[in-house]
Amino acid sequence: MTTATEPEGAVRPAKPVPVPDEASRPFFDGALEGKLMILRCRSCGTWMSPTGGIGTPIRPRCVQCFSGDLEWAAASGRATLYSFALMHQLYDEAFADEIPYNLSVVELEEGVRLTTQIVGVPNERLEIGMSLQVVFERMSEDVAVPKFEARS
Amino acid sequence: MTAAAAIAGLGITEMGKVYGRTATDFAGEAIALALDDAGLTKQDVDGLLVNANLSPEMSPTLQFSLGFEDLTLMNAMSAYGSTPATMLQYAAYAISTGQAHVVACLYADAPLSQGGSISQSAYSGKSIAAEGMSGLRFAYGDYGPANTTYALALRRHMHLFGTNHDQLGQIAVGQRRWAQMNPHAQMQKPMTIEDYHASRWIIEPLHLFDCCLVSNGAVAVVVTSAEHARSLRQPPVYLRGFGQCAPGDNARAGREPAVYTGATTSGPRALAEAGIGLEDVDVLEIYDCYTYTVLVSLEDYGFCEKGEGGAFVSDGKLGPGGSLPTNTGGGQLSSYYMWGFTPLSEGVIQARGQAGERQVPKHDHVLVSGNGGTLNYHSTTILSKHEG
Repeated sequence: MTTATEPEGAVRPAKPVPVPDEASRPFFDGALEGKLMILRCRSCGTWMSPTGGIGTPIRPRCVQCFSGDLEWAAASGRATLYSFALMHQLYDEAFADEIPYNLSVVELEEGVRLTTQIVGVPNERLEIGMSLQVVFERMSEDVAVPKFEARS
Repeated sequence: MTAAAAIAGLGITEMGKVYGRTATDFAGEAIALALDDAGLTKQDVDGLLVNANLSPEMSPTLQFSLGFEDLTLMNAMSAYGSTPATMLQYAAYAISTGQAHVVACLYADAPLSQGGSISQSAYSGKSIAAEGMSGLRFAYGDYGPANTTYALALRRHMHLFGTNHDQLGQIAVGQRRWAQMNPHAQMQKPMTIEDYHASRWIIEPLHLFDCCLVSNGAVAVVVTSAEHARSLRQPPVYLRGFGQCAPGDNARAGREPAVYTGATTSGPRALAEAGIGLEDVDVLEIYDCYTYTVLVSLEDYGFCEKGEGGAFVSDGKLGPGGSLPTNTGGGQLSSYYMWGFTPLSEGVIQARGQAGERQVPKHDHVLVSGNGGTLNYHSTTILSKHEG
């Protein structure tokens, strides 16, 4: 697990730390333990992204068989790069030093796509299809977020 | 099919950086303009359909603000940029069964404020609550409207098919040339392909000139029966065919929602209902939140093979004088950003034959494409100057 450390007295504002709620607790608890938790259907075994997208709640039913019997389960953490984009627009001063930074979609071995960031790979070396492995970036005492690094 | 309903009135307000007015104020003006255009009055209106958007004012409560009473068709509808076809479809069905007779369909918004920036407006995405999983977005620095998801989609298309910026630039440049002939258009300055390439990155691979504008303003259309429309002031624009398709996105391997739109389904449905083929379409008004949206929609309607959209547009055929006149008012890239009401409004103007120096000579059939989300919602409307 990598830990982001801010120098003492840094003027740069902190990045917004996610606020886990009851429904997303298993995801964030897993992240603290270095596990990438996503949803799996107990009925048909289908793996799923935890939500239907930004601003939507945790999925209540299986996208395949529509069973309501879903569980949180740890994914392997192995993935390939599906697509990536490089953000040049400054929306938040906390990201000023990193522009242009990548926003990426990875495809997990389990067949699930997640939006995330790739770390440790220069922008010009990002390549669709490259092999990746999850890492967790600690943002505060009780919140870590998954990112991905190159896997050889 | 023979059209049951037609667009009889069109109202377009001032567009762009018009400050100090509410969305409701723009809405009222657009409806007043559309009714006057048709030769109707507020007392004739018994239906009001509002395109719900990021403005909280665009809700059913608009009936109070604008003083409508006893409406027999009233709703705020939302399928993002694909909404207009769904509103027109609903209005046409209601009119064909006598549930309503004169239906005003509306889009209005006022996200821009003096001294404010778009990146701090409702389109920044910052208004979405950061609780739970949604907070991940901001932890990664994923702000903005749909710029990120469209940049990711475009990168995927480039990877699979070799699409490039010379090709996308032809869309932007062509639409700017159209806009220069449209008095309603915000962007009148000429744009060369060099200007396009030189425009700054917003989120790579999206240049500034790949992205739509943001506008204050409103557009309204008035829908009534085909027969009634013929007795009114303007040439009727018949509603000949509709199609919808929401491909969704389960974020699972095996599908490519980034490079396929619902046009594959909504297009053939609308054309079949209209009783025409793709070759009969004279004018195209394609939802263009980004240049890429135009390119990928052209592929999915079948104007070219999948993946060949880049080569297809590269000769400038979409621009003035080209073989496939597209987004003839400048579209959302260069005229004004009223979601699906941008392509619809220009489609009405072209079908009527009132587009002045930008009028496409043959304008029997206009295909209007609506798109919402990141290619997750799609609709098609066929407008015609012929009843059937």
